Amino acid sequence: MHSIPAASTSERHPDPAWRGRVTTALVALLLLWPMLVASEFKPSLLFDVQSLTATGRFLADFFPPAHSPEFLALLLRETWQTVAIATSGLALALLGAIPATLVVTERLSVSRLGTGRMALPSRVVRQAVRWLLVLLRSVPELVWALLFVRIIGLGPTAGVLAIALTYCGMLGKVYAEILESSERHASDTLLANGASRLGALLYGALPESASELVSYTVYRWECAIRGSVVMGFVGAGGLGQRMDESMKMLAGGEVCAMLLVFVLLVAAADLVSKQLRKRLG
Amino acid sequence: MNGQTMPSPPRRRWAGTVMALLLLALVVASLASLPLHFAAFFTADAVTSVAEFLGGFAPPETGTGFLQKTAIATAETLAMSAVGTLLAVAAGLLLAIPAAGRFGRPLRAIVRAALNVLRSIPELVWASVLLIAAGLGPFPGALALGAHTAGVLGRLFADALENATPLPEQSLRTNGAAPMAAFFYATLPQTLPQMLSYTLYRWENNIRAAAILGVVGAGGLGQMLKFHLSLFQMQKAATVILAMLLLVALVDAASFWLRRLLTR
Repeated sequence: MHSIPAASTSERHPDPAWRGRVTTALVALLLLWPMLVASEFKPSLLFDVQSLTATGRFLADFFPPAHSPEFLALLLRETWQTVAIATSGLALALLGAIPATLVVTERLSVSRLGTGRMALPSRVVRQAVRWLLVLLRSVPELVWALLFVRIIGLGPTAGVLAIALTYCGMLGKVYAEILESSERHASDTLLANGASRLGALLYGALPESASELVSYTVYRWECAIRGSVVMGFVGAGGLGQRMDESMKMLAGGEVCAMLLVFVLLVAAADLVSKQLRKRLG
Repeated sequence: MNGQTMPSPPRRRWAGTVMALLLLALVVASLASLPLHFAAFFTADAVTSVAEFLGGFAPPETGTGFLQKTAIATAETLAMSAVGTLLAVAAGLLLAIPAAGRFGRPLRAIVRAALNVLRSIPELVWASVLLIAAGLGPFPGALALGAHTAGVLGRLFADALENATPLPEQSLRTNGAAPMAAFFYATLPQTLPQMLSYTLYRWENNIRAAAILGVVGAGGLGQMLKFHLSLFQMQKAATVILAMLLLVALVDAASFWLRRLLTR
């Protein structure tokens, strides 16, 4: 039996392929150089005296976090508002998404039965609604919020509408996909025997996909809570708006308290949604 | 026949009903507690003003100078996302090694908690905090993307490292390889494809995030949008929004084709 010759490794470089790896890294860095220039990547900026003192003062303010009773009451109110914006935005989104799903889902097409081809008018309607949903979800929620803040002014209404529009687009698309992936036999048989489209949905497609639909909705609710904080930064109410104001006043203690509340809120939403989805799954 | 008793009906499960009622209560409470002004939308006044507002967007500004500026901002957005993702990969990889439990359980728990905090603060909030340290412009944007994504990738990388079979590394170590070499030749190659696909996926997300990050002042398309909207220059804002939509659509298409290419 031959003994396999060992690759010679020196003590200082435990990785025999280090030359190749270092070269690749350098070439990649060289290729990325324009990107670094375009993004004005200057880490030294972080360490010049002026920004260091500003940051230092801001961070020194972080401890202790603001905890006066009035501030805590405000925090509680704003946190509830954030949750409320997310919840009512999602509720409004459902008002639009459920009818859109009914229209878009091909599984519920009556004219498709038998020939497998849809009639022209229903195809046109489906495609039109589909494009509408694409438009709704491809404008980022933050941009919707900016636009609505311009139209109706500062406050939670803009946030609710922004969530409603974006999430209507997302939910409509995903609901239709989930329903399409359900077993087709039941809904097809129902439709072929003269059931209404709503009947075929309720008794054919829905029982199988219900838990998946609900679990996706809960997941989206969790996303909406995060989104509603972010939208506050453009003036759409809730925790984000207060955080933006405190940040502009460089009130470190308030920012710290809000960040803590925010992390806890996200963790709580995560926990609730995980529990709910486990119950369903 | 009648001596037999009927089987008892299945037990009614109230949990679902209670949950649905609670949810309904939450929705009603939310709608009731918010100062919403939907009614203001349906006055004749509001309808004309909204129509006027929307009409202001058409036609989008198409002067060459402005298009050039938009193109530069788009490039800035892309650069921001790439640099941010790269920073995140570096930081994520460094944090993933302790988070995978290679330096003991207490350190694993601490690093995982830190990753959770990094991850649960959205990019936009990071950006507005980092603006204080790094000034206006795309640099804090890149840092913000890096901070949030490091949390995401660190966790994913750590899970990948933990799930890799330890046997190859163990056998290299028992045969006398140095710890670094054993890691580079046994565990890293196992997890690298997965890490790469996570990275690409996060980059795609980051391009989308970078486009809007600017609204707090962190450069790119978002900053332009905020600027022109606050000056009520609707036609310019329309061009920027279209550029955003185009960017997102291109990224979506590219990722779709790449995925198809890779999975075939």
